[in-house]
Amino acid sequence: MTDESDTTGTERSLDSSAEVALQLPSDLRIIEAAVSHLVSRCRAFAFEGPRLELNFRVGVTEALANAVLYGNSNDPAKTVYVKLKIDEHQVVVCVADEGDGFDPSSVPDPTTPENIHSPGGRGLFLIQHLMDEIHFNERGNSVRMVLMREEPRRPRG
Amino acid sequence: MSFHTSKENGVVVVDVDGQLIVGNRQELKQKVLDELEGGERRFLIDFANTGYIDSSGLGVLVSLSKKIREQSGELRLSNLNEDLRTLFELTKLDTLFSIADSREEALTSF
Repeated sequence: MTDESDTTGTERSLDSSAEVALQLPSDLRIIEAAVSHLVSRCRAFAFEGPRLELNFRVGVTEALANAVLYGNSNDPAKTVYVKLKIDEHQVVVCVADEGDGFDPSSVPDPTTPENIHSPGGRGLFLIQHLMDEIHFNERGNSVRMVLMREEPRRPRG
Repeated sequence: MSFHTSKENGVVVVDVDGQLIVGNRQELKQKVLDELEGGERRFLIDFANTGYIDSSGLGVLVSLSKKIREQSGELRLSNLNEDLRTLFELTKLDTLFSIADSREEALTSF
């Protein structure tokens, strides 16, 4: 994802942590490769197992899809900005888009009987349940997600 | 990633190789809808070789299930690994789908 495509990226490795920054065009087809790249960076930092393959992969995929589809309205001229920082305890991923933002509290619960038959509306729910922390900026066009490498000793969700 | 379609005992079986996510969900949807339009009514989607599914992938399954039911057909799922089961349980979609442990079990249950 760094040099071979129209994606630009920078990486910086420190002794106890590593950082990755990507700028992606708003194209749904690039999401899988972008997520795989971030997963491989995490693996290089000895983060592995279901929290990487399920929580991280799906949580980051959802954030990127939301940024491309809703934030940037699928406009390939608009950019999605991704930053990842991993250390021995946690991985932090920030995803920002060029959109006007949204109010996360306005998104209905997709598991209720009236919503469960809907084909959409599960992305934010999955991020909230798969990541340990999720914070939006005030405008609602930037999300910061934190995933602990080990499952915290508290119920998730 | 790809979707391979075959027919076993009158059931259209779709194998999901790789990911079922926002970037390729339309491909799966179109394949199944083409078979539905062609008159097929029994469908099994097998996840034995699937890496992961995102909310768009779950959404396409919900949408297909509805369209198949509208034509008096049936959709079943099989071989969800532990991670995929977690996703179905989190979203409560395990209550919406008929999920079999194995392909054989799913095929004999139609």
